[in-house]
Amino acid sequence: MSFASFGEFLAMGNHGPYVWSAYGISLLVLALNVVLPILARRRYLQDEARRLRREEAK
Amino acid sequence: MNWTWFHKWGSPKWFYEMSGRWLPWLAVAAVLLLAVGLVWGLAYAPPEKYQGNSYRIIYIHVPAAFLAQSCYLMMAIAGAVGLIWKMKLADVALQQAAPIGAWMCFIALVTGAIWGKPTWGTWWIWDARLTSMLILLFLYFGIIALGNAISNRDSAAKACAVLALVGAVNIPIIQKSVEWWNTLHQPATFKITGKASMNAEMWLPLLIMVLGFYCFFGAVLLMRMRLEVLRREARARWVKDEVAGLVKAGSK
Repeated sequence: MSFASFGEFLAMGNHGPYVWSAYGISLLVLALNVVLPILARRRYLQDEARRLRREEAK
Repeated sequence: MNWTWFHKWGSPKWFYEMSGRWLPWLAVAAVLLLAVGLVWGLAYAPPEKYQGNSYRIIYIHVPAAFLAQSCYLMMAIAGAVGLIWKMKLADVALQQAAPIGAWMCFIALVTGAIWGKPTWGTWWIWDARLTSMLILLFLYFGIIALGNAISNRDSAAKACAVLALVGAVNIPIIQKSVEWWNTLHQPATFKITGKASMNAEMWLPLLIMVLGFYCFFGAVLLMRMRLEVLRREARARWVKDEVAGLVKAGSK
């Protein structure tokens, strides 16, 4: 561990805002890249389920 | 040479089955590598002599920048394969990789700006490396826009493939920009030949993060491509069976 305390870890030697905003934004973007395709797949399958039900009803 | 491995990629069904098997492994590898790399880079790697702790931004900046460029190269290769062999999957890969590459380019530019402020004293300068990366972002936007603007799928595939190939000229320019022009940006951290310019405690976590980003890219790309294959092949028997099965599993 290269920091003596958790407070020091958060402070990042006065560069805290820079380091944490860079990591925060990046992790948010990575999460977005995972969540969006999962939601798109779910939406597609819901649409298909609706279409299949409609076809069965006919 | 035996070309059967290449012909298999012509079959969306084969791709769908194989990618279903690879996806969980890639996803697990990405999560593990990114978790280890993040903790190691943020908490355990030693501070840098001149920049202190702000240099820790390197652990996302460099992997994202690598990936933004590799992703573009992959798209150029996919474009060439699509143009030469008319492989449908190549266009699926090209279209689905573009948004991921654009996001990686965005991460590289934003983290670079945040890193630049305490290190160079400015968020942005019109420097060769920074400008060529910005051009890469615009190339990604161009490919995404072109793919959406042309309604005929074959024409869109051709146009995007050509743009991907032409734009690939920018990649060696990005690579060499720190050597050809006077720039604030530091030269490459990793070199294929010769010693790395950092000590092992610093570049090992960086290597892990780079591998993690590549696995992440692979997993997300496969996820996106699998959905696109289902959409494009919707009329094929196997896709109808697959979608029916997924719908049934989801409604339970």
